[in-house]
Amino acid sequence: MPSTAPTAARADTEMEGTVLRVRLAGDWSISGARPNWTGVLAGRAPQRVVLAADGLGDWDSSLLLFLFEVQLWCRLAGAYCDAKALPEKILTLLKQMSVSHETSVPFDRSENFFTGVGEATLDAVQKARAFSHFIGECVLGVNRMWKRPQKFRWADAIEEMQNCGAMALPIVSLISFLVGVTLAYIGAIVLRQYGGDIYVADLVGLSMVREMGALMTGVVLAGRTGAAYAATLGNMKANEEIDALETLGIPAIDFLVLPRLLALFVMMPLLTLYANALGIVGGMTVASGVLSIPPAAYWVELLTIVDLSDLFVGVTKGATFGLIIGLSGCLRGMEAERSAGGVGRAATSAVVTAILLIIVSNALYAVIFDILGL
Amino acid sequence: MSLTPASPAPAPAAIEVTGLCCGYEGRTVLKDVSFTVRRGEVLFVIGGSGCGKSTLLRHLVGLNAPMAGEVKFFGQSFTAADLATRRGLLKTFGVLYQGGALWSSLTLRQNVALPLEEHTALSGREIAELTSLKLAQVGLTGFEDYYPSEISGGMKKRAGLARALALDPAIVFLDEPSAGLDPITSRKLDDLVLQLRDTFGTTLVVVSHELASIFGIADRVIMLDRDAQGLIAEGPPAHLAAHSRDPRVTEFLLRRDRPPSPAAR
Repeated sequence: MPSTAPTAARADTEMEGTVLRVRLAGDWSISGARPNWTGVLAGRAPQRVVLAADGLGDWDSSLLLFLFEVQLWCRLAGAYCDAKALPEKILTLLKQMSVSHETSVPFDRSENFFTGVGEATLDAVQKARAFSHFIGECVLGVNRMWKRPQKFRWADAIEEMQNCGAMALPIVSLISFLVGVTLAYIGAIVLRQYGGDIYVADLVGLSMVREMGALMTGVVLAGRTGAAYAATLGNMKANEEIDALETLGIPAIDFLVLPRLLALFVMMPLLTLYANALGIVGGMTVASGVLSIPPAAYWVELLTIVDLSDLFVGVTKGATFGLIIGLSGCLRGMEAERSAGGVGRAATSAVVTAILLIIVSNALYAVIFDILGL
Repeated sequence: MSLTPASPAPAPAAIEVTGLCCGYEGRTVLKDVSFTVRRGEVLFVIGGSGCGKSTLLRHLVGLNAPMAGEVKFFGQSFTAADLATRRGLLKTFGVLYQGGALWSSLTLRQNVALPLEEHTALSGREIAELTSLKLAQVGLTGFEDYYPSEISGGMKKRAGLARALALDPAIVFLDEPSAGLDPITSRKLDDLVLQLRDTFGTTLVVVSHELASIFGIADRVIMLDRDAQGLIAEGPPAHLAAHSRDPRVTEFLLRRDRPPSPAAR
């Protein structure tokens, strides 16, 4: 930045026969205005362009761009560009620019349709293999934990239980309560028409205990805990922390994945039970406030339909969803690319995978429990 | 930006630092630091690990607000500047961060082009020419369309330098440019620093503890010390190494052990 005010960049010209003399003057700044070669040429067609820089003040890359444009024009028009009078520093940079212009070839990343399909297929196969490999590693890890429980990172598991369980109580409470309220309202619309208001308790109770308690808790934890696991492990991978574990002979699965899996496996059924209770309370609130059903009547009606087998169904689903969330989060985190974008993609992918697998396994459970008569 | 052919000495001040106190969340790291960097000078900030070199750099470039004191660029206060002045001053300097700090979702070409797209009215073709030149100057021809995750640490650093030079800044701050580089690449980086100074008269502030670079290209060094929480020596490196009586300075510059104190014996 000059101490004096900059003067405008100029390219004064003088035509002598077929020779165009260009005198560069003023201060040339990349963020300011500068002459344009087509404008300077003003339709003239010299056979020789002589460049001089005796009036030049401060200059930067904008001057190089102008001179490069002159050189390119001369080459195309077959004119001779006489730049001998320019300072050596400018000539050196111009030469560098010509070289970089010639050698900088864009890297083509595009691919044809068949290559794309082929690579996507190979990628899918590779991902399936990685997933089964990961599950296998986890099973081996559980075996190691079983044989040497004193080596297991119990403290980490308990901390994770606090993070994914106790810390999730407020959001699980809110969502379960509101799901109970919504179910009660929907039930009331139909049941009231037949004078069966009291059966709202059955509808809310069964829906919450068998389906919605586990499902909603699973979705909340997939977003809350699954994404956090993927982001944490992804960052650890980017920082080479996972590499450090491997080179020290400590399996990353034992150190990072199993405590998280155990935490979710234990806390998800508990959170499911809690969500069931809150959903039933939500339904009870609507029943007593809107349908004038006393809480005691609601509770007695509920007990006629919901039994321990329903609780078992909900809790089994909860534990399965917990494993799914933990596996998806940890797998995507361990697979993450070593970049900021990679960590973001891992978190997104963990949530999508977990919710997809939760819905699929929920449907499978519906079939299995139907066959088992539960 | 302003670049001029070599200007006659004594050059005007590019950076003036007066009574600067640096720290984080009330914890003072550096107290009352004052120094001046002349235009076209290569100044090294040296000192042992944890002495506050990078902290000083962060406060100079405005990433952290100083606890006290003032930083001036070309006579204009940076610390007390209003938003418009500050934005103008930000364009006068470029910063190379320790790890390169490249944006991971952009290719090297896009990384270098972004400041040009944001701050100039150049056409796409002109920006492409300049980005190719800047990347060629740091020896990255052929890697223009690679993503940062696809290149090595040293290449990331060089690409970071190309980005720092995108707007032809009058001042360039370099944080540990040689750390993690092989001696040949490190030497090439030093040559590039000298080329910048000689061609454009660029002022360079380099945070480093690479002795080869310090003695090779520094016009002057300032040395910081953790215990003193400030500046303990200032001058040309060879002069300091030969004439300083401060054992902390000679210990650092000559890699010499400090003589044991009588009490320790």
